[in-house]
Order: sequence, then C-alpha cells, then structure tokens
Amino acid sequence: MNRLHPACIGRGLREYGTAVGYATRLLLRLVCLLGATLRRPRLMGDQIHFLGNYSLAIIGVSGLFVGLVLGLQGYYTLQRYGASEALGLLVALSLVRELGPVVTALLFAGRAGTALTAEIGLMKAGEQLSAMEMMAVDPVRRILAPRFWAGVIALPLLAAMFSAVGVIGGWVVGVLLIGVDGGAFWGQMQQGVDWWADVGNGVLKSVVFGVAVTFIALLQGYLAKPTPEGVSRATTRTVVMASLAILGLDFLLTATMFSI
Amino acid sequence: MQQSKNDMWVGLFVLLGAAALVFLALQSANLLSLSFQPTYAVTARFDNIGGLKPKSAVRSAGVVVGRVQSITFDDQTFQASVHMELEKQYRFPKDSSLKILTTGLLGDQYIGIEAGADEALLAPGDRIVATQSAVVLENLIGQFLYNKAEEGGTSTPAPEKQ
Repeated sequence: MNRLHPACIGRGLREYGTAVGYATRLLLRLVCLLGATLRRPRLMGDQIHFLGNYSLAIIGVSGLFVGLVLGLQGYYTLQRYGASEALGLLVALSLVRELGPVVTALLFAGRAGTALTAEIGLMKAGEQLSAMEMMAVDPVRRILAPRFWAGVIALPLLAAMFSAVGVIGGWVVGVLLIGVDGGAFWGQMQQGVDWWADVGNGVLKSVVFGVAVTFIALLQGYLAKPTPEGVSRATTRTVVMASLAILGLDFLLTATMFSI
Repeated sequence: MQQSKNDMWVGLFVLLGAAALVFLALQSANLLSLSFQPTYAVTARFDNIGGLKPKSAVRSAGVVVGRVQSITFDDQTFQASVHMELEKQYRFPKDSSLKILTTGLLGDQYIGIEAGADEALLAPGDRIVATQSAVVLENLIGQFLYNKAEEGGTSTPAPEKQ
C-alpha cells in the first residue's frame, strides 16, 4: 500500500500513540517505584557511582574549558562598553541559568546515557531480563528503577559541579590572566545572582533534564532489538533523542521560567 | 512490562498535554500573537516615529484597537509612512488624529488614535492626515536649555548698573 494511503497514516498514528502511551506508563511506573528504590539504597548507590563518579572527569574538564572561554568572550564584549567589572556576573549567570544544566545534560546523555542503553540492551540480548521475569523478579523494579533514580539524582549534582568549575575557570582567565578586579568579579556576582530565581531555576532545569535523559536511555535499551546492531542502533537513538529532548525542553523551560 | 490495550489513548492524551504545554510556554513569553479578529488597513505619515516598531499597539482610550503592520520611509515627502491594521469592529471618523505616545515614562511607544467629529468613517486603505510625531528627548532638553538661557539673559542687566 502507498505510504500516504489513509489506512497507513491511521495505522502510523495509532502505532505512534501506542508507543508514546507505553513509554508514559513505563515512566509512571519508574516514578512510583521511588519508595521501593529507596528501600534498597545499595542498588541505587552502585548506580550513582556508575553514572555520577565516572562522569566527573568529563564534566570537570568541560566545565573548566567552558568557563575559560566564557571569561575570554565575555571580557571581549564587556570592555567595549566599559563594563568589564561585570565579568563575574556574566560568567556566573550564563553558567547557572543555561550552560550548566544544558551542557551537562548533553555530556551526560553522551557518556552515561549510552552506557545505560548498551547495558540494558545487552541484558535484553542475553535474555537476562526474561530470565528474571521467569524467577518472578520484576526487571523494571530491580534493574530500571535504581538506574532511573540514580540518574535523576546525579545530573543536578553534576550540573552544579560544572557551573562551579566554570566560574573558577572564568575567574582564572578574568582576574589572573586579563587583570579584571578580583573584588568586583566576586562582588558583582554576589549582588546579581539570585538564589531562588537563578540557581533554583537552574537546578529545576537539570532535574527535568535528568528525568528526560535517563528515561530515554532506559527506554531505548529496554526496547532494543536483541541483536548487536539492534543495541548499536538503540545507543545512537538515545543520544539523538536525548539531545533533541534536552534542547526542546530547555526552550520550553526558559520561556516559562525566565519569561519577560 | 506488558503492552496494554489503553496504550494508544494514553499516548494521544500525553501528546495533547505536551501540545498544551508548548502553547502555554509560547503564550507566557509573548512569542505567539494569535488574534483572530478581521482587520482593515490604514496608513499615516509622521515626521518622526521615535521608537515605534512593527507590532506596536494602536490604542484608543487606552484599549488596543489595532497593530502597526510595517513602517517604511517615503523618500518623496521625507516622512515615515506607517501601515496599521485596525480591528474591523472599531470604526473611526475620517478626521481622527494620531499621536505617538509612550506607556509609562520610559516604556514602549504606541500610536494613540483620537476620534474626530466627521460623520464619514475611515475606509480600508485610507490615509490619516492629522498626525503628531513622537517626542524626542534631545529636542526637549535643547528647548529647555534655550528657554533657560533666554530667561537668564533678561534678568542679569540689573547688577551691572553702577
């Protein structure tokens, strides 16, 4: 049948709706399993170590470089208007409101998201998930939920670390290398950054991104075709879908939270 | 996890909710201007439009009755030519006057339309003749200083008499 035949369009829409519905039900199940996950903290702790600790290197180095670049670019523009003392404020606000949550989430999707997808996909390919179901152990409860909550907890922490290291990087470039006044750097930042409006909203963003990235990674792994190329395709889809979701959600959240 | 028969309906519900969220986000940031009122076009010429921009409001008695569509420069009369769209439900007399005003002290600029006394109403495509340009701050300051200097000149001769 021709792709544009009404019956095919109808079936495509029904299949898409079914896929979204299935994903939503899985997400709701994972959210409802918070209690069960907290009752087995060792599982979640292992996952936080796997997702968070192993991401520290890339987050730290990226944060430092982003901060250094922000310092340079910010100084270049600010000194045209005689406002180079506001460099600290510029670096801190850019990182805390926008770059911290978004860049961290993108890096997390690439590093931890793909690891999650590959792990779950390989478990599925090796029939470990089916074996668990045979033993009356719910794989969603035992495997997926700890990883989900570990990701939701790890990402905001990583974003905060990214922003902190970035601010230090901006300080190194601005104060140590270029010679902006150190007192003004920190003073203007402390006056201008609002705890709830800026830092709070940034944390809220990173929590939303954490939910989105971790859930997409787990879903793609769970639904992967149990073959090597199925797993590889699922891994690619994780990165692509997670990146698009992060940027789309970023626009929606920024429009709502920081609207004019 | 098992597939359920309700999956498709849940999915459509979630997609609907997501569309509603996107709509809300765009509305709250004023990025979407969906107005479904039919409008008619009117033009006017100003000596100085100040900070008027396309999509600025046209207000009468404070109520928004239309929007500025586009602003162009007329190099025959060396004036700014403003094209406005007024809502069809509001008809104004042919001799209505336009002024460029500011919301608040330093806010956005808008066009204020004041109804005239003519019986004939504005037709689509008409040009409004009675216009008043925007107030330019530098001209005001210049005028103020000039007036002050004039006053100062007429009051100094007295102490010089010996």
